[in-house]
Amino acid sequence: MEQGAREGDSRSQTDFRTRVSARHSLDHVFTALVYAATAVGLIILAVLLASVLRDGVPRIDWQFITGYPSQVLPETAGIYPALLGSLWLLGLTAVISVPLGIGAAVYLEEYATDTWFNRVVEINISNLAGVPSIIYGLLGLGIFVNLLGFITGPHSGGQSILTGALTLSLLILPVIIITTREALRAISDSVREGGYALGATRWEVIWGHLLPMALPGALTGTILALSRAIGETAPLVVVGALTYINYAPTGPLSSYTALPRQIYFWIEQAQDEYKVLAAAAIVVLMAVLLLANSVAIIIRNRYQGRT
Amino acid sequence: MESEKTREERTLFGVSGSERDTREGSQPPADGSTIGMQIRDLSAYYGTFKAVTDVSMDVRANRVTALIGPSGCGKSTFIRCLNRMHEVVPGARAEGCVTLGGQDIYTKDTDPVMIRRRVGMVFQKPNPFSKSIYENVAWGARINGYKGDMDELVELSLKQAALWEEVKDRLKSSGLGLSGGQQQRLCIARTLAVEPEVILMDEPASALDPVSTQKIEDTMEQLKQSYTVVIVTHNMQQAARISDYTGFFYIENMGDPGRLWEFDGTEKMFSNPERKETEDYVTGRFG
Repeated sequence: MEQGAREGDSRSQTDFRTRVSARHSLDHVFTALVYAATAVGLIILAVLLASVLRDGVPRIDWQFITGYPSQVLPETAGIYPALLGSLWLLGLTAVISVPLGIGAAVYLEEYATDTWFNRVVEINISNLAGVPSIIYGLLGLGIFVNLLGFITGPHSGGQSILTGALTLSLLILPVIIITTREALRAISDSVREGGYALGATRWEVIWGHLLPMALPGALTGTILALSRAIGETAPLVVVGALTYINYAPTGPLSSYTALPRQIYFWIEQAQDEYKVLAAAAIVVLMAVLLLANSVAIIIRNRYQGRT
Repeated sequence: MESEKTREERTLFGVSGSERDTREGSQPPADGSTIGMQIRDLSAYYGTFKAVTDVSMDVRANRVTALIGPSGCGKSTFIRCLNRMHEVVPGARAEGCVTLGGQDIYTKDTDPVMIRRRVGMVFQKPNPFSKSIYENVAWGARINGYKGDMDELVELSLKQAALWEEVKDRLKSSGLGLSGGQQQRLCIARTLAVEPEVILMDEPASALDPVSTQKIEDTMEQLKQSYTVVIVTHNMQQAARISDYTGFFYIENMGDPGRLWEFDGTEKMFSNPERKETEDYVTGRFG
């Protein structure tokens, strides 16, 4: 007992094996591993980009952007209808899905009480985010083409841009809802209480404080979701995007094709000229995507700066 | 001046001091002031948990009432019942009677939004909005339909909160860029801007340094000219310095709900309280 203190001292020196250099080695190993993991992704992306750019860029000219696809003369074919179709889809999908998604998120986060019904809704939304896009295509086929075809496309048998946009909206709604909810949840309750304490109603607090504060986060989710939507092929095939079209869409009720659908069609053709066309269309699709994203990011940053 | 008008209103609606309810033993003697808020048998719950029980108290108009007591004995819960903020927490509810200017604020058809507009609140942690300093002050007034000169109101409110000199050149910059003490005074200013009748303060200086605390106390000295103030504080010197009345909240046994243990004039509470626990607490022997 009387030696207790001294034994304690010696123990503190002998029972620890600090082994700093071995731990540092392990540190280096893991650093190398995570670098490698990042590099694999980047290299594959770079190779992909380089190959597409090499094949596609020489083929891109004004005639390619403004021309119409051709069944017989791949040298003069263009992507004008598909490009316009994709832009229409992007715009309409945004207009439909953003208000719906943000509205649903506000309800679930700010109004819904903890009942079994709301819990079921919540679980379902999380699950819906993981449902394969082709399933949404089938849903769109059932509802917007077959059931509501007389509204969504009186002259195209329901296979219109509107149908495509509605289907893509369904596809990306869960992502928008989830990211907006997360942005709302990140806002401290003290903000809500501060608003209520001034005699504000719930809606005034939401509109005046919560939505402006959640907007940057909600926009990030929306950008990601829309990027996914514009690249989707499978659901559009199901709800009737055409493979060959020689006129540009004139409005939401027109028949249409979209860039990914056009690309898919060209890749299936045997001649090499069509493969080049596909590569060129891919470059255009990516350019549209990057452009749309940067516009959204600029809007977001401007808003963040203001608040 | 605005304060003249509101004071007149208060006298009109207020219950006169002589009508003092005698059900609860320790209501302090009247001092010529009217009753701003009257609380009778108030109990507050979180779900099935009873946090505060049977509080009865008269809050006097144009006076500062301080609430002291150990942590977790229901002071904050109680004060949040006075502007119906308590029920904002899911599952929370209150029972009993609270009147504001003679009107019961817990009747079925009383709109909590209207009560909160009349009974303002400053929170423990400064919570300015993510907006400009100007907008922080103007927002509450605007949603409440203020039709006067907004620039004037913002300036007046910031002056009343002793913040004007520090921010008058940067009204357009974010309220979140201010220091903690300035943020808290900004929160006081935005509360003043809607011209409430009563201001509740839940430990408004507990997160602040002594200099900022001093400024907030100076502000409160000004406020009681025209407002009724209820303040929760852990700082006994602060309670003694600024308040006219002091209520001591206490829990006798672990797990019991908090009670108003003693309520009296501040001087009496700090020099010669009736109950032993109060004396122990104010002399720093426990808690």
